[in-house]
Amino acid sequence: MDDLYREIIIEHHKHPHNAGVLENPDISHEEFNPLCGDRVRIDMYIKSDIITDIRFQGRGCAISQASASMLTDEIKGKSLDEAKAFGKDELLDLIGIPLEHNPVRIKCALLSLKTLKVGIYTYIGEHLDDEEL
Amino acid sequence: MTTQAALSLFDVLSIRRDFPILQQEINGKPLAFLDSAASSQKPRQVIDCLEDYYRRYNANVHRGVYKLSEQATFAYERARGKVGRFINAYSHKEIIFTRNATEAINLVARSWGDANLREGDRILLSVMEHHANLIPWQMLAQRTGAQLDFIRVDDEGRLVMEDVDRLLTEQTKLVAITHQSNVLGTVNPIQELALRAHSFGAVIMVDAAQSVPHMPVDVQALNVDFLTFSGHKMCAPTGIGILWGRRSLLEAMPPFLGGGSMIKIVDLHTTTYADVPARFEAGTPAIAEAIALGEAVDYLQRIGLDKIQRHEHELTAYALDRLSTIEGLTIYGPKTTEMRGGSISFTLDMVHPHDVAALLDSDGIAVRAGHHCCQPLHTLLDVPATTRASFYLYNTQEEIDRLAIGLERTQKLFA
Repeated sequence: MDDLYREIIIEHHKHPHNAGVLENPDISHEEFNPLCGDRVRIDMYIKSDIITDIRFQGRGCAISQASASMLTDEIKGKSLDEAKAFGKDELLDLIGIPLEHNPVRIKCALLSLKTLKVGIYTYIGEHLDDEEL
Repeated sequence: MTTQAALSLFDVLSIRRDFPILQQEINGKPLAFLDSAASSQKPRQVIDCLEDYYRRYNANVHRGVYKLSEQATFAYERARGKVGRFINAYSHKEIIFTRNATEAINLVARSWGDANLREGDRILLSVMEHHANLIPWQMLAQRTGAQLDFIRVDDEGRLVMEDVDRLLTEQTKLVAITHQSNVLGTVNPIQELALRAHSFGAVIMVDAAQSVPHMPVDVQALNVDFLTFSGHKMCAPTGIGILWGRRSLLEAMPPFLGGGSMIKIVDLHTTTYADVPARFEAGTPAIAEAIALGEAVDYLQRIGLDKIQRHEHELTAYALDRLSTIEGLTIYGPKTTEMRGGSISFTLDMVHPHDVAALLDSDGIAVRAGHHCCQPLHTLLDVPATTRASFYLYNTQEEIDRLAIGLERTQKLFA
């Protein structure tokens, strides 16, 4: 089988890292994939523009959940600017499965990244001060 | 023994040779196509028919006075006759060609619905309806102020018939219901529902997209008022659907779409509309697709819908049996083949349906994963999605064995 289902994907799916919620998070955002009903919520603590802690909870296929597990590992401790700069090619490298030509399943892999980025951009928007305008 | 008996009646291997697409490998394995409930494959007879039309007599219908147009018109109208006889319509004039079953249902909702429903009226549906037989009625209810009622399903995936007694009243103007559920496989008791609907003066419309391809369907015996289905699920091309309606109802209905072909006399401000069926076929229709639908009807009738139904029945019985031996697998819908067709939806513990379908694909097995355009039913079943295997005349027991082995491997991978 199973380019898509390397051991590391199954492992992260069975034992996800950073699973759960944060109490009073600075950022909490959820995204859906209406095509398949997959769902990912990401909570973050932000201190001086650094993502000091991150948790996710979700429901969906192994690829969407393993992607969230690996992404949150990668993002923890990074600055908001570094997180903004983290792109989909880097995420696909990270999870290491060939999805470039799989328009349906690539959405599963990118759901967590979309959740992360919409959450961060919303936070940045809400904390814009006048000098930054 | 069963296999031997089935083979003598039904030569599936020779049928498979009619379907060029089945002769290929996917991911290095022979293709096992188990998604015919979404769209069927096409035999070479139908593919050749399309090509023949474009090579020899392509021309617009009902207009030209030249030879090609006459040939095209003759073939298009002959296809209407074939479809009419196929479902035992009272007249071929009761057959209206649409784009698909969805458009046929929307036609009924817009034309008959807008003309006949008003505030306080009720429409009776079931919770197992495909979005195609739900959303047009939600939209009609919003336009008219009519209300929707829903027949529930029991744990076996059968309609709760007490709900029919409870919900069917003098206010009910329409019962719109699927003949066979595309998720559960349940075959609904349409004759019984028609009898009860008519006793309250309601009209009954049947979504037959999952039944007409797979079993003999006779609109006179069912005693219904409207019936809709799609060509592409019954070996015909995409882009052609069918609305059958009682002539008296169709003749009283206003047009759905305006344009060419649906008129008698036009001046700048008013139009006299054509008689049925032309009144409901505005614009150039899907000519090649309609003719090829007629060819698909011939193809299915040569084999025999009763024989196709029996073959699928045997496959379904075998699959229900085989799949129930897989630990952690839950089947939604009837567990026996009594009043049941060949769509089997299931979940596998701990494994998301998209992962199931992707892993089966790597074995060359095509199944569907998702909500199958039945989100409300999945909400009631309390699962976000299911995996569905569905069978047609070209499927074999060996393919079901491969499905079962693939599922067992998937289960092990995630255990």
